[in-house]
Formats: sequence, structure tokens, C-alpha cells
Amino acid sequence: MPEIRLSKLQFQTEPDPQIGENQVKAVSPEAAQIRKYLLSRGNSAIADRGFRWLMVLCALSIFGIVVLIAVELMNRSKLAWGQFGLDFFYTAFIDPSTHKPMYWDPVNGHFSAIPFLYGTLVSSFLALLLAVPLAIGVAVFLTEMCPPMLRAPLAFLTELLAAIPSVIYGLWAVFVLVPLLREHLNPWLIKGFGWSGFFDADNPTGLGFVAAGIILAIMILPIISSLTREVMTAVPQSQREAVLALGATRWEMIRVGVLRNARIGIVGAIILGLGRALGETMAVTMVIGNSPEVHRSLLANGSSMASVIANEFAEASGDLHLSALMEIGLALFIVTIIVNAIARLLVWAVTRGAPSSTH
Amino acid sequence: MSDGAATGLAVLATVLVVAPLVAIFAYLVYKGASSLNLAFFIDVPKPVGEVGGGMANAILGSAILLAVGSVIGVPVGIAGGIFLAEYGRGTKLANAVRFTADVLNGVPSIVMGIAIYSLIVVPQGHFSAFSGGVALGIMMIPTVCRTTEEMLLMVPNAVREAALALGVPNWRSVLAITVKTASPGIITGCMLAFARVAGETAPLIFTAFGNVGWNARLDEPIAALPLQIYVYALSPYDDWHRLAWAGSLVLIVLIVLAVSLVRYVTSRGVLKGAS
Repeated sequence: MPEIRLSKLQFQTEPDPQIGENQVKAVSPEAAQIRKYLLSRGNSAIADRGFRWLMVLCALSIFGIVVLIAVELMNRSKLAWGQFGLDFFYTAFIDPSTHKPMYWDPVNGHFSAIPFLYGTLVSSFLALLLAVPLAIGVAVFLTEMCPPMLRAPLAFLTELLAAIPSVIYGLWAVFVLVPLLREHLNPWLIKGFGWSGFFDADNPTGLGFVAAGIILAIMILPIISSLTREVMTAVPQSQREAVLALGATRWEMIRVGVLRNARIGIVGAIILGLGRALGETMAVTMVIGNSPEVHRSLLANGSSMASVIANEFAEASGDLHLSALMEIGLALFIVTIIVNAIARLLVWAVTRGAPSSTH
Repeated sequence: MSDGAATGLAVLATVLVVAPLVAIFAYLVYKGASSLNLAFFIDVPKPVGEVGGGMANAILGSAILLAVGSVIGVPVGIAGGIFLAEYGRGTKLANAVRFTADVLNGVPSIVMGIAIYSLIVVPQGHFSAFSGGVALGIMMIPTVCRTTEEMLLMVPNAVREAALALGVPNWRSVLAITVKTASPGIITGCMLAFARVAGETAPLIFTAFGNVGWNARLDEPIAALPLQIYVYALSPYDDWHRLAWAGSLVLIVLIVLAVSLVRYVTSRGVLKGAS
């Protein structure tokens, strides 16, 4: 019945309500009812535009949040910035009597971010050193080698690792990992590698950079491995088939056909893991030992940018102390934003342009 | 490297990754289950030195903080996702919003904590449950926004066109047709964000601050489960350690339940039912 359809169409586009009503009455009473119903439910251009702007506003609020955080941190760190300037990040006050650097001395008003930059870098680097090979191994196993039956449960398990709260990792580290290090790993490291200077015996607690690095590695593993899995899956199947057709073994296929194609994305995944490690707070605070000093030994107590904020912020001894902590927070904010932006761009570059698996 | 050696290494890596997970879970269940009792769920913490007590006030506090967080994070996040999927598809603005959301997701929670401290706690002059809830809510926005977008993109265009062809205004079509079709997925995303912030401690230290007694007021410091676990874990008392393990078990069970539910819903293809 094409005529009826046509008249309904006219009714829909008709701007004049008077004519529209007549037509509807002539054509079908149901259409009139639908129209009345729609009008009563806000069928108007104003509502449409209002809704649209509401959505845009909410989306823009995400920019707003980032800007607000930056402005607040800058405002509160002005005092420390005015006092120390850029020196805050690379010089320290030298105690004239002992000739030792006083990095962080709230009582006498000496503040320098050096020990925290050092602690954050060392613990994150240790974490990457441990986590990256494992994460890539897991991703390779799950995407290329794993029997299909095991794939889903194993992927779920690694995802579960990501869902455990930081404070529970910290709790486990304090009561299980640290005693383990104290009793077994640290003595072994001191005995075997003490000559290198990286493993000194003068900290018997088991806390320190090694403990922080290991717990961080466990925490960033799932992020790196799940993203690596994602970029590896984005490599077209035809690449694998082509390499296999040339007579490659499975490992050669993975190395040449998959890993080489996905390397930019894998680097992105690693950098994203780094971003997480740099800002990780609770677990690190609980096991790093919290002393604002720079030691060569990896078994010594240290402090990271996030951990010093968590530890001292609530009981900061004065405006300058608080401001210095805010400046460390601002530095952490800027660094993690840059690191995350780079990582996202790299991962996007691989997965966005990826041809679909059907090719 | 030979094929066999590579396979062996990959299997070894997988075992090494699964091992700590199993170790953490087993230890948590072992320690937590032996420490859980009824008092944990109905008592407030006892004064230092006394044995017993529970974390009832922290459980209530976490619930209140998460409620405040959801009220802020869920609507804004969903609205942002609607913009990305329905209005801004392919525009520069949408790309910028998506990118910023991803970057915001990577901002350390402790930074969020001190930002909210200087934004709300300092002007107010005291720690409060409200400021803690705001911190959690802001942390929920990126996750909710991105999953909402992904779920909305899975709704076939024909559904939208059908609604518009019937003369339904765009905003109603979005809310009653597209969002409704994708709602299982959107709810899943909200639960994921919820589970993620439920265990957050760092943004609460300088906002919600913690409280040893009952509190249900938004303008006063409030206890929270992760915060309490942190304080008790670093205390020198065995009984507090016991409570920390019990609290961790409760927290992890809640989170694992949420994540499994998400997994179950997504794997059953409820989300794909639309297409």
C-alpha cells in the first residue's frame, strides 16, 4: 500500500500543524495518536539542542578536570617554586659541617626532589626489567601457543591481577614478600653480587628498592601483557600464514611475523606500564622504606615521589614543606601525562590502522 | 633460539606470572578466612591495645564514598560516552576528548588526592566524606566514558535510523533506543569503574581521612575499608594485622565478584545481542 506510506511521510515532514492534523484525521487515527504522544514526550528542537549541549558539556568537563588539577597544583606549589626554582630538581643543600648533602630537611627548610626522583626511577626501572620479559612471554603464550581451552581462564587470571587493589598488594608484600627477601633473597644477593656495590648488607629489614621493584613488577605485568596481547592480535593472520608458508618454525613465525610487526605497539604497552609504575603509591609506600636519601645499594631504604607525598602530606610541618610536596605532585602529574600520551599514541598507531583479521 | 626453547620460556613466563597471583589469593583467603567473624561486620574498631572490634564503620564509609563517587562519575561518564559515540563521531573534538580521557586514566591517584585536597578540603577547612567521594567520582569518569562509547558503537546504525524515521527526536532516540540497547554493556562498564575505585586508598588519605567511629555525614571525616587496611597493616599490633587481612578478603571478594560478573556478561554475548 504505497499511498498510505506516502501520506504518512507527508505528515512527518509537514510543518503546519493545522493541515497535518486534518491529514492525519483523514488518513489514520493511529498516526495522530503517535504524534500527540511524541509531542507530549518532548518532541521539540529546544529539547534536542539542549540535550546535545549537555552531552558536549560533560565531555568537555574531562578537559576541565585536567586543567583544574594542573592549575591547583601550580597554585599550591608557587611558594616552593619561588624559593628553589629549577634547582629543586637537581641540587641539594650541602651540610657545611659534615659535607654530606641534606636532601630533605623539613626542620631547617631544605628541600630537594633528588632522592624521590632517584627512588621513582630506580624502582620503576627494576619493575620494568622484571616485568617486560615475563609480560611478553605471557602474551606470546596466550596468543600463539596456548591451547584454546586454557586461553580464557589464563587471560581472566591475568586480568584479575589488575583488579587487586594496590593496598592489598602492599599488605601481601609487607607480610610475605619482605620476610622472604630478608631471609632468603637478600642474603643470597649480598653473597653473590655484593662486590658490585649494588647490594650492601647494611639494611637488615628486607624493605627497599628491590622489594618495591618486585611488587611493582607484579602490579604492572597485567597491563603490559594485556596490551601486548591486543597489538599482537591486531597483526593480520596473513602475515603469520606467509611466514609459515616459507617454512618457518612456530617461533620464527612469532619473531618475524608477529613480534616485529607489533613492536611499536609493544613499546607503547611497556611505556604505559612505566606510567603506572611511576605513579603507583600505596604498595610502594609500604615496602620502600621511606628515607629521603640516595644510595647506590638497591637493598637500601629509599623513597619515591608518590610515597613521600603519601607519607608526609598529612603532617607537613609548614607552608614550604607542603608547597614542596605539591611541587613533587605537579612534577609527577606532568611526567605521567607525557608518558601516558606517548604510550597511547604508540598503541593507537598500531591498533587503529590495523587491518581486520579477515584481511 | 629453537622452537622448543621458545615455547618452554613462554610457558615458564606464564607460570611465573600466575604463581604470585595464586600465592596472593591463597594467602589472602587463608589469613582472611581465619580472621573473619561476626564482630568484623558489626563492631567499630576497639581502642589501641584492646583485642577484638571490627570494621563495620569502614564498610559503611566505603559504601557512602562509593555512592557519592557514582553519583558524580556515572552520569558525567555516560554523557561523555554518548557525546563520543553519537554526536562527535570522527570529529577533532571527540578525538581530543577520547585522548584526554585515556590520559586522565593514567594520572596517579595520589595526584588526584592532593588536587582534591587543595580544591575542596583547604577551602572547607576540614576533611570530609564529600571530598573523598568527589575524588573517587572523578577517577570513575574516564573508564565509564570509554566503555560507554565502545558499547554504543556496537549498536547497529539501523536501530538509530529506524527510530529517527518514526519521527522520534534525536535525544529521545539516543536515550530510549541506543543507550537502552547498549545498557547491559554500559552497566558493565560502570561496575568495572566501581570495582576499580573501591580499592583506591591514595586519593582518600587527604580527603576522607578516616575515622575510628561511626559517621554518615558528608561533611565530616569518614572511614573507608582500603584506608583502614593501610593503617592497620602498618601498625605494630597483631590483632590489627588480623583485621587488615579480614578487610582485604572482604574487599577482594567484592571486587572479584564484580569483575567476574562483568566477564560473565561480556562472554555470554549479551552485549552483542544488539547486532
